[in-house]
Amino acid sequence: MENFTPYSALIGGCLIGLSAALLLFFNGRVAGISGIIVDSFSAEIDNRYWRGFFLIGLMFSAAVINTFFPVAAVTYSRHILLVVVSGILVGYGVRLGNGCTSGHAVCGLARLSLRSAAATLTFMSAAILTTYIMRHVLGD
Amino acid sequence: MNKNIAALICGILFGTGLTISQMSNPDKVLAFLDITGNWDLSLMLVMFGAVATLTTAQYFILKRSKPVCDSHFHLPKTGNLIDSRLILGAMIFGVGWGLVGFCPGSALAALSDGKRDPFIFTIALGIGMMLFSRFHNKK
Repeated sequence: MENFTPYSALIGGCLIGLSAALLLFFNGRVAGISGIIVDSFSAEIDNRYWRGFFLIGLMFSAAVINTFFPVAAVTYSRHILLVVVSGILVGYGVRLGNGCTSGHAVCGLARLSLRSAAATLTFMSAAILTTYIMRHVLGD
Repeated sequence: MNKNIAALICGILFGTGLTISQMSNPDKVLAFLDITGNWDLSLMLVMFGAVATLTTAQYFILKRSKPVCDSHFHLPKTGNLIDSRLILGAMIFGVGWGLVGFCPGSALAALSDGKRDPFIFTIALGIGMMLFSRFHNKK
């Protein structure tokens, strides 16, 4: 566990929770990223703007940190086909299952939604199993 | 406060949280998912911090009759329905997540980390979302 970073993880998590709380307080909305992405293209026009602003804020703040205060060196680089397949599965899956990590595992669990608990348990298990197969069976 | 400005601030907080907790780094996410490897529990603490903060704040926020910038709260109306669609969707998402370590939010935050993968992933994510619209063309 030498890679364990408990303080930045807790602080980062609290900021994500604060973001979701403020979005509920001001706009009355749930901070599910996949839903925000989809609805920023498909909601009635008046309700697209705030979603666009949210996504721009997310990408902008990450860009500022990545550029000026990088937290740690990033070294990952995966095969392009693997990344494409992964993206398509995630895009399709989050729509079929009505949410991703933020929608189900943060907002849903905070609402004590059984539905989100079932979704979270399912995608965590599927992801853990997939990672196991990729790393320890196929040796990727 | 204007809806758009509120959303911008929330997006900035969300992106900051994702980035400083390194959840935008797929290696960090896979280090959590790889429970038989050199297990890194950080993701669990990110989730714990987020859920604990939101649960506490929400307790007070939902006592209000409406949010500041809208006429009512827009909470999911799906209730506690657990059906095959939810489980299948979560399974497909989980497999995709475990393959590379990106989820939709983390990929957007990683777009600026100087790597190629987040761009490819984000485009593929959009394709996957559009494929869904094609196959499930119902309101």
